[in-house]
Amino acid sequence: MNGIAPRARLLSAFILILAVVSLRGLMAQGAALGLALILALLSGQAVKPLLHRLAHVEGFMALLLLMLPFTVPGPPLASLGPLNVSAEGLLRALGIALKVNAAVLLGFALLGAVEPVRLGHAARRLGVPVRLVQLFLFTTRYIELFRDEIRRRREAMRARAFVRRSSLHSFRSYGNLAGMVLVRALEKAQRVEEAMRCRAFDGRLPAIGLDDRGRGEIACPALALFAGAALVLLDRMP
Amino acid sequence: MAHIPDGVLSLPVTVAGWAGAVAMTGLALRHMKEEAIPGTAVLAAVFFTVSLVAVPVGPSSVHLLLSGLMGLMIGPATVLAVLVGLALQALMFGFGGFTTLGVNLVDIALPGVVVGALLAGPVRRTSPTRAGVIAGLGAGACVLATGGGVALALALSSPDYVPSAKVLLVTYLPLMAAEGLITGFAVSFLKRVKPDALAGASP
Repeated sequence: MNGIAPRARLLSAFILILAVVSLRGLMAQGAALGLALILALLSGQAVKPLLHRLAHVEGFMALLLLMLPFTVPGPPLASLGPLNVSAEGLLRALGIALKVNAAVLLGFALLGAVEPVRLGHAARRLGVPVRLVQLFLFTTRYIELFRDEIRRRREAMRARAFVRRSSLHSFRSYGNLAGMVLVRALEKAQRVEEAMRCRAFDGRLPAIGLDDRGRGEIACPALALFAGAALVLLDRMP
Repeated sequence: MAHIPDGVLSLPVTVAGWAGAVAMTGLALRHMKEEAIPGTAVLAAVFFTVSLVAVPVGPSSVHLLLSGLMGLMIGPATVLAVLVGLALQALMFGFGGFTTLGVNLVDIALPGVVVGALLAGPVRRTSPTRAGVIAGLGAGACVLATGGGVALALALSSPDYVPSAKVLLVTYLPLMAAEGLITGFAVSFLKRVKPDALAGASP
């Protein structure tokens, strides 16, 4: 799967995730999860970041998945004190879990290994406004910078015996940290703006040194469309 | 917690979210001048990185949304900063989703823009301490509105989600407290050190 053009990846990911989101039956949802898992393993990326992603999305879903079996009405399967577990609720929770995980796996498989900069350029070719793409590209460039700055400032706080707690003092320290980084950022923004103006920046986006070509410009989205259609058909079949 | 993943919302809610997001983004883009792009990007990067810091609240920890602070500092461009942040989180960490990007953008950015438009004036005119209190209340209201938006998106998607949506709203209270306090302190700091940073809608 290496060497597939970013644009093809972006388009394919969107097609497949859209198809997954529209599935209703457990069979098609299970098939989608299987397909997504195979793609994720084929993508040849490290498994650890994938597990991180899955753990995170499960964190958000925990509330929904735990409550659905108890709150969806239906004949009780089992009861925990006053609470009844319904089969309908369990199936709803299972279906959502399958879809959500399939979507995360697809995003990881198709887009996880592509640098954001390349995706930005790919998005522009797919019709996203140039200014928005430009903002995206500039932002990715500065994030590393401010991550370092925040890391340094937090080290400095720890060196002055700052302990993270949920106290007013902690919150004030975090507020001052955010304020200080913002002040520095505003000064930086001023300098960057002046420098860009000196270089006659007019809002255009020269993609210097970025070779966006790759294999599968047409084949990859076509395959995604086929797989997505197959999943939806499987789902709608009586 | 404000990032709804793919696969939860119903189609009408997803489409409505995208419609709102496209309209907001279009307006914000029209409002942004070409030469303001690098400066807005620098601030978007800061908001993104600050929101990655885990803030301890009781036994758990939260990540700030910073939408209220953004609204006070960059006004309508908040929409763009949040959009870029959401796209990056989905790409870099797999948080949130692609089809839900529209709903998530409306839920997070709209309260920030509204609070920014309403409170930028009072914050600009008053003393640092008072400005902090006003901004803190505004930021807390933003978080509550975001929680309400997420709960509403869930409840409109399926009646089965209604009980979970109610509980979800309660889980926003710790974030609301942390966000309000930290934004308040940050604003009163900015007010002392660099008052013109809180220009809001008029950059």
